[in-house]
Amino acid sequence: MLAYIFRRLLYAVPILVGVNLITFALFFVVNTPDDMARMQLGVKRVTPEAIQKWKAERGYDKPLLFNSAVSGRSTVTETIFFEKSARMFVGDFGRAEDGRDIAREIGNRMLPSLAIALPTFILGLFVTVSFALTLAFFRATAFDFWGVVLCVAAMSVSGLFYIIGGQYLISKVWRLVPISGFGDGLDAWRFLVLPVLIGIVSGIGSSTRWYRTIFLEEVSKDYVRTARAKGLPETLVFFRHILRNALIPILTGVVVVIPLLFMGSLLTESFFGIPGLGSYTIDAINAQDFAVVRSMVFIGSLLYIVGLILTDISYTLVDPRIRFE
Amino acid sequence: MGFQVVVLWSDVLVWLLVAAGIGFGVLIARSPPLLAAWRRVGANRVGMAAATVLLVFIGIGLLDSLHYRVQLDGKPGEPVRYGIEVRSLLDALATPLRTRNEKTYSAPFATRLYAKESVDVPGQGSVRDYPRLKFGGAHLGANENDVAADAGFTALRAGVLALLLWLVLAGGVAARVGDGAAVDASGWRKIWRGETALAWDAVLATFGLILLAALPLFWLAGQYHVFGTDKVGQDVLYQILKSVRTGLIIGLVTTLVMLPMAVLLGIVAGYFRGWIDDLIQYVYTVLNSIPGVLLIAASVLMMQVVIDTHPQWFSTAAERADLRLLALCFILGITSWTGLCRLLRGETLKLRELEYIQAAQAFGVSNWRIIVRHILPNLMHIVIISLVMDFSGLVLAEAVLSYVGIGVDPSMTSFGTMINNARLELGREPVVWWSLAAAFTAMFILVLAANLFADAVRDAFDPRAA
Repeated sequence: MLAYIFRRLLYAVPILVGVNLITFALFFVVNTPDDMARMQLGVKRVTPEAIQKWKAERGYDKPLLFNSAVSGRSTVTETIFFEKSARMFVGDFGRAEDGRDIAREIGNRMLPSLAIALPTFILGLFVTVSFALTLAFFRATAFDFWGVVLCVAAMSVSGLFYIIGGQYLISKVWRLVPISGFGDGLDAWRFLVLPVLIGIVSGIGSSTRWYRTIFLEEVSKDYVRTARAKGLPETLVFFRHILRNALIPILTGVVVVIPLLFMGSLLTESFFGIPGLGSYTIDAINAQDFAVVRSMVFIGSLLYIVGLILTDISYTLVDPRIRFE
Repeated sequence: MGFQVVVLWSDVLVWLLVAAGIGFGVLIARSPPLLAAWRRVGANRVGMAAATVLLVFIGIGLLDSLHYRVQLDGKPGEPVRYGIEVRSLLDALATPLRTRNEKTYSAPFATRLYAKESVDVPGQGSVRDYPRLKFGGAHLGANENDVAADAGFTALRAGVLALLLWLVLAGGVAARVGDGAAVDASGWRKIWRGETALAWDAVLATFGLILLAALPLFWLAGQYHVFGTDKVGQDVLYQILKSVRTGLIIGLVTTLVMLPMAVLLGIVAGYFRGWIDDLIQYVYTVLNSIPGVLLIAASVLMMQVVIDTHPQWFSTAAERADLRLLALCFILGITSWTGLCRLLRGETLKLRELEYIQAAQAFGVSNWRIIVRHILPNLMHIVIISLVMDFSGLVLAEAVLSYVGIGVDPSMTSFGTMINNARLELGREPVVWWSLAAAFTAMFILVLAANLFADAVRDAFDPRAA
């Protein structure tokens, strides 16, 4: 098991290197640092001196890949690629445009992101799985039909409208919870209720439909027929056999998302003014803060790869037939 | 008045898509299994109703994809000059909507502005009141309280006309599906009982509803701002119409971009295996492991820098916005081909072990010929299903991305930019709800139709998943 995990981790390295090369190419080869400087300084007031100053302040005045001005190991290390891209592997993300340390900022903002994402994820999973199970239980009835119709309709609503509508109705008209903001400690729950609720509701449509098909696939299998044939009541068949077997594909599909919860949701966080990583990213996009966006891309892919490894491990845990090779 | 045809890059791709669609239709007609699958789609009532709605949206989008610049009035002998503004055929048809701008917000069917202003009334000096709209309900003159009666009557007349039009159309269809060449009751009966091969009853019912909604809407739009006006006084209905093209282009051109890449790489990886497979798998795992929104955000940021630092590339603002739209399609395409590619690779791995492929190999048929003749046709159902399934997701993604500020150019009308502009209006007191509601409804109808159609296609092409 440990050897397997170790091998998977090794396998992740070339992928992370690939991600790193792509972001490097995107941020420094498509546009030169000069272009970025011009963009940041504004096209009108740009002088060669200002560009040089901007680049020197942020360390963009070095060559991209190979520094011929210095000798020895420095030819490789004193380059933009090494300082801005390769050092991300050791958690050094550099500084944002406002001079703050990006790594520390990320550490501070992880918790609020989790505070929203974790309850949304767990409650959402519970709600959608129960709903899907109910639909599958009443399959081929009017209830099932209208449930699916409702799901398709809910899928067709843009996520923006769930947020805008929910915020307007619950916070502004009914004044049940604050419109936006974030508090410390236990007081934070008042700020969390609405984003979590909206997060759950906006996911119901597509997830329920997906889980319903998984349940229905399970319903048509032989062991279910056997269970019925031996005289088990339908409820028992459902909860003891079908639910347990369908949870395997559901859980393994869901594990990959867990690490990504750290990233938070871009939309929810920026709408509700939650100081998490999602709103950090959106602010960086709007401010065209390339260093922050670059770091978030790297962290996002790192978490995704962790999720993939977790999925593989969970596969082997829930299904003994799958062995490590 | 002369005009100069302007061909934007996105127009080229849109019409290429139309041509490809027709070519594809011809191919389908020749391939019995595909034809049978599409027949099943045609027999699906919900699917055909959704297809009718989609066709109307596509029609609007196509009208909006024929661009031109109007010739400016000049003295005789001067060289001909053209206006800087790029218009489309849709703009020409919707001229009253485009030009009749108010000063600022006005509610649907309003005759007065939404905010009080100082108005000079003769004899009383300056009075704070809601100013009369310049265009909305202007034909009423002094009887501005008669809006309901006037609009109702106009809608009724338009509705009757719509009904007549629909009857003519339905009659035409009935004559086609009927037994004899003459118009008799057999065709009507067949449609009514749903006995036609194509679900004409659903198509006609949907089209009737569309006519009943659209004709009164357009008739009234000439006299009122049916959906109100936005902050700068632009008609909301006009913005909705313009948004349709943006959404369709994002949904359709993106698939056009990703399709060749996904199909080629997926088949090649699955068919040749070995290091080619490893390489392609590596590429799509890397792309896949970057969260989509972030990759799009990073790419769009970079593209923005390119566009902003090269203003000399574009002769009109429309061209710039257009290029940005296309770049967005490319970026979305590059980030979304991986899923389809993986599916096709898996299926190809399975197919290449089948006996008829091995027989072909034993006969010495070249690899590429096997791919084109045997593998590709057997993957078509996966391609078609995933294309129609992706469409609605892309339309929704456009709105979110534009809202975040990494979508289409802010000057280009789209559902995302409309929502973005309308969002802060909800904080006003009293609330300005109509632009948001209109954008929401139009987008909902489009995406719902796309989802329902996608379901019908999936059911028809993938009998297992029914």
